[in-house]
Amino acid sequence: MQTQVLVIGAGATGTGIFRDLALRGVECMLIEQRDVNAGASGGNHGLLHSGARYVATDPHSANECKVEGDIIKEFAPHCIENTGGLFVAVKGDDEEYINQFPVNCEKAGVPCREVSPEEALELEPNLNPDVIAAYEVEDASIDPFKLSLENVADAEAHGGVYKRYMQLLGFNRDGGKITGARVVNTRTGKESVIEAEQYVNATGAWAANVAEMAGADIRMTYAKGSLLVTLSRLNHRVINRLRPPGDGDILVPGGTVSVLGTTSVRVEDLDNVAPSIDEINRNIDQGAQMVPALDTCRYVRAYAGVRPLVQLGESSSDRAASRGYALFGHEEDGLDNFITITGGKLTTYRLMAERCTDLVCNRIKVDAPCLTAGKVLPDYVQTEWAEPSILTKREWMRRHKSDDYLLCECEIVPKSAVDAILDSFGPDEKPRIQAVGLRSRVGKGSCQGAFCGARIAAHMYDRDLFEGDAGLDSMRDFLSKRWKGQRPILWDAQFNQAELKEALYFGLLNLEMD
Amino acid sequence: MSTMPVTERDLFVVGTGIAGMSAAVYAAKRGLSVCQAGSTGEIVFSSGLFDVMGVHPVAEKKLWENPWEAMAAVAADMPDHPYAHVTREEVEKAYGELFDFLSEFGLEYRMVKDANSKVVTPIGTEKTTWAVPATMWAGVEAFKNNTPALLIDFEGLREFSAKQVATTLGDKWSNLKTMRIEFPDSASMKPILTGIMAQAMELKETREKLYSLIKPHLDGVEAVGVPAILGLYTPGEILEEMEKELGVKVFELPTLPASVPGMRLKSLFEGRISTLGVDLKLQHKVFSITPLNDGRYEVTFGVQAPTEKVVAKGVVLATGRFLGGGLFADRHHIVETVMNLPVSQPADREEWHRTDLLDPRGHKVSSAGVEVDSSFRPVDENGEVVHERVYAVGSLLAHQDWMRMKCGTGIAVASSLRAVEAFVAQQ
Repeated sequence: MQTQVLVIGAGATGTGIFRDLALRGVECMLIEQRDVNAGASGGNHGLLHSGARYVATDPHSANECKVEGDIIKEFAPHCIENTGGLFVAVKGDDEEYINQFPVNCEKAGVPCREVSPEEALELEPNLNPDVIAAYEVEDASIDPFKLSLENVADAEAHGGVYKRYMQLLGFNRDGGKITGARVVNTRTGKESVIEAEQYVNATGAWAANVAEMAGADIRMTYAKGSLLVTLSRLNHRVINRLRPPGDGDILVPGGTVSVLGTTSVRVEDLDNVAPSIDEINRNIDQGAQMVPALDTCRYVRAYAGVRPLVQLGESSSDRAASRGYALFGHEEDGLDNFITITGGKLTTYRLMAERCTDLVCNRIKVDAPCLTAGKVLPDYVQTEWAEPSILTKREWMRRHKSDDYLLCECEIVPKSAVDAILDSFGPDEKPRIQAVGLRSRVGKGSCQGAFCGARIAAHMYDRDLFEGDAGLDSMRDFLSKRWKGQRPILWDAQFNQAELKEALYFGLLNLEMD
Repeated sequence: MSTMPVTERDLFVVGTGIAGMSAAVYAAKRGLSVCQAGSTGEIVFSSGLFDVMGVHPVAEKKLWENPWEAMAAVAADMPDHPYAHVTREEVEKAYGELFDFLSEFGLEYRMVKDANSKVVTPIGTEKTTWAVPATMWAGVEAFKNNTPALLIDFEGLREFSAKQVATTLGDKWSNLKTMRIEFPDSASMKPILTGIMAQAMELKETREKLYSLIKPHLDGVEAVGVPAILGLYTPGEILEEMEKELGVKVFELPTLPASVPGMRLKSLFEGRISTLGVDLKLQHKVFSITPLNDGRYEVTFGVQAPTEKVVAKGVVLATGRFLGGGLFADRHHIVETVMNLPVSQPADREEWHRTDLLDPRGHKVSSAGVEVDSSFRPVDENGEVVHERVYAVGSLLAHQDWMRMKCGTGIAVASSLRAVEAFVAQQ
């Protein structure tokens, strides 16, 4: 296979670069080992930062967030819920930090408006009544998954080629040039070489590993952040704790749920990242100081992402470490057609993509300007089934076609939606249950995949997508992956659901017996 | 509270799952006056299959062909396992009395006395069990003998794909063919649920339509399998008629809960247990059980608040685990919900569940529960009996992982029998 520019990694940054290249008319291909947003881009809050979080520690990043946030709200409104945000302090929080907040916002060019505790409580009735200070900011919530899918779709519409399930095995190198990327299709086992003029490493937390394959050296550390999702939405706006960053300091609403985060734990192993019980307890204990209902509400799952932190200087704390991005041309590694971009945050993904694409275009002598800031991102992709329950059961009963029915009852996902998702895969892509789970709410409801998992498997067998016991493997895989997010929140009703699932799959179906 | 009606009984049974129902049957058959309270949800989740013991040790996934040898091995290796307190003879006696009761009202069970059987599941795995509903027996034999068979599934029936069963079993049942048909008069009923189909199968008209859909496809077929839908009340008669009409053996496969075999058990128990004189209070929750000075127990219960009071000489707690409501987990601890009995449990939540769902050792919390003496009376951490005539039975018990060991109903019936007989002996 050949292309002019090969982008590796389909997270927010990689898909952003993919679109940027395609809009500039550059022939490009995007490959991804798993599926869209498999790393940190799919394991964050879905917060479009106002920048206010960074005004004290990193005013430059804060301002970048403000500027980029405004741009994204303009060109991708369908990926955003413009909730607005609050920063709140409760009794006992550091007064100095509180007093400096509006000053720092002003300096960084991040708008904020002081609101009285009474007004704050009126805006957000679930706030702790002991709130002592509050500021309104321009935070919003964003669907990172839809954003990346739309970027891919728009790039494809402009000639880009996207290939998922392509694992990078290594690079062929001839002196200062990479001559090919060796890849294997993880579904078919077929190996091939992709030849390009420029290679872009946009693999997020895996960037150091990929750079090493190319013979380049990047020093990175990894900070795991764990979050948890409530069963029902507790807040209208994003609620941030008005104090230096820490556990349980942010609650981001989206659709019918709220997301509580975030811890920061150094990790070494990138492939076994799961939220721990201790992290979840810390988030809840801290978060409940802000929103007391967090102590008693029901949670549906937890998840974790790994922030890639590039070590540019000496930094003592991962939280204080720059959330800025790093762009490497690798000339000092003796390479002239390999680029790494990593770090950064979701809110500045477009800017990172622009800077990276500028470098690529400079090297391949293309002088087309970046168009991503001004060009509206079309709404191509049917991701409605990935969003929290867009339909109530009653609405579904009224609206659905007579030959359609629900495969997932907790989250109202019908057979027609599952079919549409399955139809979007090519014949050699062999989707598994997990691929449906990624593109829909299947498995994310209160049954934790117990019933929908079996139903999707049966449906996929009926569509000849599984043969032999491949579907059983896929069920085990699907349930195990969901388990990572359930284990830390198993108490009360969620515990009972987990028991039902075990009774079903192990007690009755013997799925554990290989 | 003082105006609540008070009734006196010999035994109060809390819970209406397999353990509670069998305890009520055994007690009533022994002439005790029994009041029983519980919600109605539990038993409908039963698969309809009755286990003795299938897998031990769990971590080795060792499957036993002979359930009694398995039971003996467990009793020897795990001195705290409920089976260490009972004998094989008691398990057989408990099942015998239970099956007599079920048979009297039309639910027959089949088994090989000294061997586990393999039932094909709706996902194409093999479930090791001991006694199976008679309506499933021909399937057990056909699978064992690779009999040429036709497995039928239905348009709009989720969680049951005949194709999945056949391809997953592969060579294990190479003579299994599949066919999908539209269930009679169900064109406008999608999805279709097995309970609705079973109800429709009570009608002769539906059955005849179904037979005529199947008949043209029986070339070379010696047995026909369907998901468990052969009626809610008289499955034996429907099976017999269907075999006669089709001229081949017919069998049901289990389905996911709430399944028809579970509904049959539920309706039989709930409808017929009163024939034994059991005073069954369905959808009633027990609010308090208080020991009285005379050695008896005062039980208050009601639908939403306590509205009735029974003074009983003994209490059987058959309240199940977390799903059943006998145990409750908050963010830090596990408690027993009715009498706040001591619960054997891991030190903290970090140890409840393994990080891997499929960890071959199972999860530690699966063995949490109430510890008992050999009469199934709850004991505290020092092994002291907590209440003289309170008994804990079934899945509430500690030191067993019924889901992985495949011993849930065996423990339920055997512990219930031992508890009832111990209570009788104590009188």
